[in-house]
Amino acid sequence: MSKLEKLQSEKKSGSKAKILLEVKNLKKYFPIKAGVFKRTVGWVRAVDDVSFFIRKGETLGLVGESGCGKTTTGRTILRLIEPTAGSVHYGGNDLLAMSRGKMNKYRSKLQMIFQDPYGSLDPRMRVRDIIAEGLRSAHVGNKKERYEMVEQYMEKVGLSKLYVNRFAHEFSGGQRQRVGIARALIMNPELIVCDEAVSALDVSIQAQVLNLLDDLQKEFNLTYLFIAHDLNVVKHISDRIVVMYLGKIVEIASKHELFINPLHPYTKALLSANPIPDPTIERKDRIILQGDVPSPANPPKGCRFHPRCWLAGPQCSQEEPPLIEVKPDHYVACHFWKNMEDQN
Amino acid sequence: MTIITKEGKFKEFIKRREPIIEDWKHSLYLWKSTKLAMIGSVIIGILLFVVIFAPLIAPYDPFLNNMAERLQAPNWSHFFGTDQFGRDIFSRVIYGSRIEIWIIFLVSLISGGAGTLLGVISGYFGGIVDEIIMRTTDMFLAFPSLVLAMAFAAALGPSLTNTIIAISIVGWTVFARLARAEAMKVKKQPYIEAIRSVGAGNIRIMFFHVLPMCLSPILVQLTLRMGTIILTAAGLGFLGLGVRPPLPEWGSMVSDGRSYLVGQWWISTFPGIAIALVVLGFNFLGDGIRDIMDPRLRR
Repeated sequence: MSKLEKLQSEKKSGSKAKILLEVKNLKKYFPIKAGVFKRTVGWVRAVDDVSFFIRKGETLGLVGESGCGKTTTGRTILRLIEPTAGSVHYGGNDLLAMSRGKMNKYRSKLQMIFQDPYGSLDPRMRVRDIIAEGLRSAHVGNKKERYEMVEQYMEKVGLSKLYVNRFAHEFSGGQRQRVGIARALIMNPELIVCDEAVSALDVSIQAQVLNLLDDLQKEFNLTYLFIAHDLNVVKHISDRIVVMYLGKIVEIASKHELFINPLHPYTKALLSANPIPDPTIERKDRIILQGDVPSPANPPKGCRFHPRCWLAGPQCSQEEPPLIEVKPDHYVACHFWKNMEDQN
Repeated sequence: MTIITKEGKFKEFIKRREPIIEDWKHSLYLWKSTKLAMIGSVIIGILLFVVIFAPLIAPYDPFLNNMAERLQAPNWSHFFGTDQFGRDIFSRVIYGSRIEIWIIFLVSLISGGAGTLLGVISGYFGGIVDEIIMRTTDMFLAFPSLVLAMAFAAALGPSLTNTIIAISIVGWTVFARLARAEAMKVKKQPYIEAIRSVGAGNIRIMFFHVLPMCLSPILVQLTLRMGTIILTAAGLGFLGLGVRPPLPEWGSMVSDGRSYLVGQWWISTFPGIAIALVVLGFNFLGDGIRDIMDPRLRR
């Protein structure tokens, strides 16, 4: 695909595309228990008041450092973990308000690809049963039809159908991740949450799997929520990117906008830390943040980033900046985003 | 022409199932290379052979009293000698194997089945369900197992069936705890979450994914406990609460010979050797099964 075509297709899928999933004020607090009677002595605010939306057919990247709540966000949307508060609207329904039984009917439309290709496949099951599991729980077809579908989808994800009777441990990491993709795909989903789907694979396999995800997106008109910590991967696959820090969203923008014009100091620091696989390029603008990430059990008052921010003023430690749309499709949660824009 | 297509289909059939056939071949290879499993299965194999063909092997009626030939030392007409009633000990040991197998089979089925089921439910759901089931097992474990079995056997009356029930009631806690621990470990695995995300419900996950993972340690434990089951049955028999006297149960035969041990050692010794051999066989087999079944050790 040439650059021009790519730009055009981006424009097409731009602001007019339908919103598939909308997350509003999502919160997930984990209790900290201590003492003999396991009293709750505090809360870890893993995800604290997060709102964003995903358009149909796009890939939304979700980045942030370890422990910032990316994975928890992904799992809470699919209700693999029960949320503390908030709503997730999908096709006019609030997924989080549903009963478990009703939610199970929606599960086929919202699938997940897991981080660990070694741990996410049942070691006792043969590949065809692993892939057919979703169909079996949803009572789709009979055994023979299901296995036929399995063979079709295995070929779709680039696995030979001769492997149907193998166990998970007989595959390489990349092949296992393909099995994981086939398992999600066979349910005919609209949205797939890819939770660090390639981070456990080595670089050459990462590229193969990313290209596969790309091809499948076109073929099946899929929408991805792509959770990752590797900016190069996110840059490769995403249309828009959400940046999280300590359970909060600090910035949402389209891929190009975010990389050229980051308006949150944290985003800028994150981008500057991204390794460039070319030793001839010398980096001058490297921003090194002071201090450590504060504990999500006891986050700083005001803007959560202010103890480490070089722009922070007295206002930042008092007032929490809201996530505002500063430009079409560019949201940022910072009091000094104008200064940032001038710097850029 | 039709033959060729049939042959083609057969080849296709074989080719598709190649990994399964390979898998079985590999199991066989592992079985062969694990010496202890081999020895164990040979012993248990002999036991099963004896159980099935007992009437053909035993030279005498195990219940027939023959006071003229009482307390004979082992000789060519009575391989293991005779007891205080002149019954042939060899025949009694042979027939006794049937009773042992019956007790082992039923106790394993009842205590293993109930224990595993309750344990998996307890470990999988956690919370209040877990509390109730685990406090119940604590109650059972608060008594010495033989005393508890005695209490049940005394309440139900001495008979073979009641012995089996009493041993089962005492024994299920071990399996419940084991299954619970396994279920708690397995339910935290990422693949359980993955299966949940494709839309499987609790019951389905519990029976099709958690339960099978708990089975191999249960199976090993079950095989290892078969010796204990025999010993408990013997203990109950000794106290007059187990299998009633004329039945040739090995444990009660050992007890029968107790008062003759100094002069007529063979009455207790041969059933004792039979118990030891069978317990050893089950233990070897149990270890072997663990090695063969664990998919992580298979490679």
